[in-house]
Amino acid sequence: MTTALLAKTERRQFWTGSVIDCDVHANVPTIETLFNYLDPVWVEGTKERGWHGPTGPRLSYPPGAATTARDEWRPARQMPASQLSLLQKDILDPWQVDRAVLNCYYGIDSLRHPDWAPALASAVNDWIIAEWLDKDPRLAASLVIPARDPIAAAAEIDRVGSHPGFVQVMLPVRSERLYGQRIFYPIFEAATRNDLVVGLQWGGTSEDAPSPTGYASWYAEEYAAETQMYLAQLTSMVFEGTFQKFPTLRVAVMEGGFTWVPMWGWSMNKKWKGLRRETPWVDRLPMDIIRDHVRFSVAPADLGPREHSQRIIDWLGSDDLLMFATDYPHRHDDRIDELLDLVPETMRSKLMSETARAWYKL
Amino acid sequence: MNQDVRRTKRHQKYVVGRVDEFPESGRMIVDLGGREIGIFRIKNRFYAVLNRCPHLGGPLVKGQLVNAVTSTGPGNLTLDNSKDLITCPWHNWEFDIKTGQSFWNPAHLKARPFSVGVEAGSEVAEQIEAGAVGLIKGPYKAETIEVAVESDYIVLFTVPQAPGLVQNDATALHPCGSPSAATNKMEEVIS
Repeated sequence: MTTALLAKTERRQFWTGSVIDCDVHANVPTIETLFNYLDPVWVEGTKERGWHGPTGPRLSYPPGAATTARDEWRPARQMPASQLSLLQKDILDPWQVDRAVLNCYYGIDSLRHPDWAPALASAVNDWIIAEWLDKDPRLAASLVIPARDPIAAAAEIDRVGSHPGFVQVMLPVRSERLYGQRIFYPIFEAATRNDLVVGLQWGGTSEDAPSPTGYASWYAEEYAAETQMYLAQLTSMVFEGTFQKFPTLRVAVMEGGFTWVPMWGWSMNKKWKGLRRETPWVDRLPMDIIRDHVRFSVAPADLGPREHSQRIIDWLGSDDLLMFATDYPHRHDDRIDELLDLVPETMRSKLMSETARAWYKL
Repeated sequence: MNQDVRRTKRHQKYVVGRVDEFPESGRMIVDLGGREIGIFRIKNRFYAVLNRCPHLGGPLVKGQLVNAVTSTGPGNLTLDNSKDLITCPWHNWEFDIKTGQSFWNPAHLKARPFSVGVEAGSEVAEQIEAGAVGLIKGPYKAETIEVAVESDYIVLFTVPQAPGLVQNDATALHPCGSPSAATNKMEEVIS
């Protein structure tokens, strides 16, 4: 999400209410950054091997891709979004946010090591606490987990989940299995036990091709098709009965867009009406379950022509589903002032802050 | 409009056929003045429903008869054989055979049930004599039926009957109301 802010417009010129940015990023600049937070055995292992950290982030966000960071947000000789001071200067101050939810996608999932991956997740979480949460009270954050090991993931959630700054568990949208499957119960159990939102975040590692079927040839192709991963994960969670098993579970979709939601909802509803006998625990229309349990970041918004976008927002059937985000430092060229203009009056303050405030209990 | 239709329109009650000729788990479609109504025998009780799905008008009576599946959560599946459902062959939507109620949308969607009961031959014969019941032209050519007083008959009501007023148990009057071997042709009628 970008705005007139880039043209030196004050945000209060188009929005005077409060702002919660539900998706800003922190990038681990180098593996050495984590050494203070990593058990010495892994520090030595890293040095011994000359390892540079997980491959995941560079696959999901190729450093030079235009979408990975706006030019304005690329500091000289530094990785974008790798310092609190950058986030403060680029987002927290000019946007005058009440709160912002910090997400660090470090690709822990791309590490298959059963001990190193959990250790790295702990290090990232402790780094987030020390370098970000403790230094700016406006920040809340997602904790990261070794997502391919649900038991270890649950242990990490229990280790740091009670820290008041953590409001969400980050679940990378690509995975080796669909998240509705019962093997993932420990993650949802731990998240709900600690009263944390589960945030589906762009990134992750599949055991096979990174799309639901086959390999994309180009980054543009992969990036444009990412929606289907969110759709696959949420559909799995709906039909597997994740939301019946964990009735207090709150999910957030980040970087997944939202314009696809109504049509996908219609499709799920239609299939459920005739095929629901297979999954009798799904006790109401799938789209009603989505409205109760899932919120969507508006970065990217992927808006089309005004009249069409307006209709899609109407089809969502609720004022409560969308949450403002910049997705800093990633580049999306949707304009928040245009989006605000599209949504009904009753939705604006919810979109800009109140939905996120309620969802994350900020 | 032919003679049969006009005749059937006069009545609110029709003789459908003999209980002992209607096989368990069988079904038949009767034509009531242009309206097709499916008659079902399920666990020795008779039910009837309009052959028109309230969703998009599909031939509901030709769907599968199933029991309700209930659940308390993922992985928990229980077959509730107290609930018999007919599923529309077009979209598989389920409807309670007794009440017509839609399973997924009980508040707003209903198939049209009809009251159907079992009456003794002697009673039916009297009513036919008095002109109070009609005979349906159906697969049995029921208009030529010779009512035998020692048999029980299935009767269909075109107006809703008060609950409990209609006896729909095939074996209530004669325990021998179970179908005879001669009724195998019923299945052919339906399939």
